[in-house]
Amino acid sequence: MSTNELASTISNLILLIFLVGIPVYGALKGVKVYETFVEGAKQGFDIAVNIIPYLVAILVAVGMFRASGAMDILTSLIPSSLRDYGITSDILALALTRPMSGAASLGILGEIVSSHGADSFQARLGAVILGSTETTLYVVAVYFGAVSITKTKYAIHAGLVADTVGVIASVVVCRIIFG
Amino acid sequence: MLNLIWLGLLVVSAVTALLTGNLKQLVNSVPDAAMNAFRLSLGLTGIMALWLGIMRIAEKSGLTEKLSAMIAPLMVRIFPGVPRDHPAIAAMAANMIANMFGLNNAATPLGIKAMKDLETLNPVKGRATHAMCMFLALNTSSLQLVPFGAIALLAAGGSKDPTIIIFPAIIATSFSTISAFCIARTMSKMKRYQD
Repeated sequence: MSTNELASTISNLILLIFLVGIPVYGALKGVKVYETFVEGAKQGFDIAVNIIPYLVAILVAVGMFRASGAMDILTSLIPSSLRDYGITSDILALALTRPMSGAASLGILGEIVSSHGADSFQARLGAVILGSTETTLYVVAVYFGAVSITKTKYAIHAGLVADTVGVIASVVVCRIIFG
Repeated sequence: MLNLIWLGLLVVSAVTALLTGNLKQLVNSVPDAAMNAFRLSLGLTGIMALWLGIMRIAEKSGLTEKLSAMIAPLMVRIFPGVPRDHPAIAAMAANMIANMFGLNNAATPLGIKAMKDLETLNPVKGRATHAMCMFLALNTSSLQLVPFGAIALLAAGGSKDPTIIIFPAIIATSFSTISAFCIARTMSKMKRYQD
């Protein structure tokens, strides 16, 4: 079994422990598991509906930003000195897209893999960046949307700084390991 | 902050589209994105109901309390505003475990559940608490230890050793998570964010 298969098997086992272990434990403790499950699950729809306006706001703005070509202009402004560190314009596009869209950033990594090769420095760097950052705006919209919060205080600041640190750390670590 | 980012995205997009002639693409993207948001939200309904149901069993069986008691010493340090026997502790812990193992389908509903629990401690509706900000900061810093999506892409591209990125990814994500914690903790002490 390869490392990747092992890691993904462990993850699936954890999921199974949550999904089956909790009802089994509940039954052992005398909980009417089926009724309790249904009672809890009922709120699912309300929460999902509650999130819609927040997600529409974020996804429309992000979609407009991408469609307008602003992202392309932003990445073309990259100083050539950064290229010496392996930060090509597609890597920069990945880093800038990542907080806004998970699907789009996976797409960009796909492009990087096919244009530079799967074992190239850029592909590895892109993969590490993807692994150490999050779709911050999406998470904020969904989590705060679920509890109808619009005054987000410093949550986004911290999230975006963390994404930036993740990108910088990825570049440094990849430079050291993959040279 | 969200006001600024949102308005910024709209205005910059409009100005850029006017200058580059991408006006048509811009306008076409709007209904697609709105529909996509709707689809994503509704797509969440089933998996959300599933995990809310499972978590309800965990609560009723006393498992949540037990888990909370086990990890409370650590969680209380990270989230000082949350009482150690509060259900939010267990929900946040379950979310972070799911996140670490890349179980996004479980992590999002559990995280929303945690936000609902945190909301019960919120004195001002509509405004985030310090605990919410810290929880969001940690979540948006990426807690995932093994980036399966990225590895799958490298493997699909014909990489000889796609898992080579696991170790550097763990290091980089540790840096981003630690920085998220430090920023959120520092900013929680700033005068303008006090209640």
